[in-house]
Amino acid sequence: MNEVKLTCISCPVGCQITVRMDGDEIVAITGNSCPRGAAYARQEVIAPHRVIATSVKVEGGALPLVSVKTDKPIPKHLIPQLMELVKSLSISAPIAIGQVVAHNILGTGANLVATRQVGIQSDES
Amino acid sequence: MTAYRTDVVVIGGGAAGLAAAAVAANAGQETLLVERETAPGGVLEQCIHPGFGVHRYNAELTGPEFAARLVDELDTSGAKVLTRRTVLAIDRTTGAVETVGPEGRRTINAQTVVITTGARERPFGALRIPGPRPAGIFTAGLAQKLVNLHNLLPGHRALILGSGDIGLIMARRLHLEGVEVVGVLELKPFPGGLTRNVVQCLDDFGIPLHLSRTVTAVHGTDRLTGVTTAAVDEAGRPIPGTEQEFTVDTLILSVGLIPEAELVNQFVAIDPINRGPRVDSKWQTNVPWLFAAGNGVAVFDLVDVVAAAGAAAGQFAAQFADGDRTSRPEIPLIRGDNVTHLVPTALDPSVATTVHLRVPRPMERAQVRIGNGIVSRRFIGVRPAEMVEMEIPLEAMADLARLPEVKVEVIAV
Repeated sequence: MNEVKLTCISCPVGCQITVRMDGDEIVAITGNSCPRGAAYARQEVIAPHRVIATSVKVEGGALPLVSVKTDKPIPKHLIPQLMELVKSLSISAPIAIGQVVAHNILGTGANLVATRQVGIQSDES
Repeated sequence: MTAYRTDVVVIGGGAAGLAAAAVAANAGQETLLVERETAPGGVLEQCIHPGFGVHRYNAELTGPEFAARLVDELDTSGAKVLTRRTVLAIDRTTGAVETVGPEGRRTINAQTVVITTGARERPFGALRIPGPRPAGIFTAGLAQKLVNLHNLLPGHRALILGSGDIGLIMARRLHLEGVEVVGVLELKPFPGGLTRNVVQCLDDFGIPLHLSRTVTAVHGTDRLTGVTTAAVDEAGRPIPGTEQEFTVDTLILSVGLIPEAELVNQFVAIDPINRGPRVDSKWQTNVPWLFAAGNGVAVFDLVDVVAAAGAAAGQFAAQFADGDRTSRPEIPLIRGDNVTHLVPTALDPSVATTVHLRVPRPMERAQVRIGNGIVSRRFIGVRPAEMVEMEIPLEAMADLARLPEVKVEVIAV
């Protein structure tokens, strides 16, 4: 039996959660204030996942970059590959908030979505 | 010179200003929002990470997504927005707002002015670190703007001074973009930001956090070549003999935010600890036609609370513009033990009031007492990084109104 102590990152509260494990099996989860915390703790000890927010280059836009995020958490160990992939991407304006910039990134089932709108570059900008 | 006449003018189109203008317009007042950037949104536009909106929208949004919702609400309200327009001055007697923009100078005459100018970062100069002034030293917010809005990296190898949320967020952001982040230093013996952020910004990437350490010297002529750090005692003073050198070309500073009060600090009462205008339960300053809300009053931590503050200020500003000039006797709110930031600093007993405060050190179990216990509530795990919010219900106001002043204190229990 061993205990894994972790901080939930699902919301700003940051509950201190204890996961009691028997080898690879989760025996008990305590310290969470809501179900999301239990789900986070379970996933965290098995295979940590993270939502990643970054920027993608824009072609022909009023702004040079569009902020994006993964629409679901992705395996933490894929973060370096994700950043390499993002460096190679570019997307043309106009871009709508929520628009998918890249589908099923690295086979995770998560999409990269725009978190802001970007208009077409005008002569003024 | 062209002059605008309106009922309510809101200065600053970040979270507080967007909410204030939308509420004032929805209340039937002709409302003008003045914003110096090309589009409203304020600092939210560069905060591309999720974590916003848990309370206001029951969702975990990125900064730009939160701002987009506020902008939608503003558009629906019918408030007018002037962008690329900077306020130069507010006349203390007439209330006239002098502005400048690409179309030239404009004066705005309104019944009511709402100040929602946000906060600025404490700059390197304020730290008074003696020595050269090489390039490569950035405040964290500036670095964030460069990376997230302008596609520019501040440097290649960075040390971050200050473990507040902005410093932690930028440690992760810079690391993700290929900058070698050698560590984060924190003056205090505890992290400045949320534990959640220490985990997902530092622990996730193996970025070390050095508590009770600070920067004592910077080196380099044209460009930063390195910094000297030292351990500090309980008073924050460097301890001789504990120096360590870091070879870096970039120093990122996350050493505090200061409310932007330049427009009003010559004629409005300023709270010396909040460093913004003193406001009452209605977000009204000591100048009756001037209201203020958001980070321009005191630095808040949740944008949901900032938007709610802006909305409340907009509501009361609209009432004032509409002709409600009733002025009730107010009771000063004063700081007792363990209270640093405190908003409001005066109580209007006719308005249910939320008190916002910060404690100077982490307290496992604390009791907030208002008016020597007329209202009190226990909290678990209060920390300086997280503002404590406490409601004073209307039912308690009669008792509080009998006191000459109402003390707000936090006691360890």
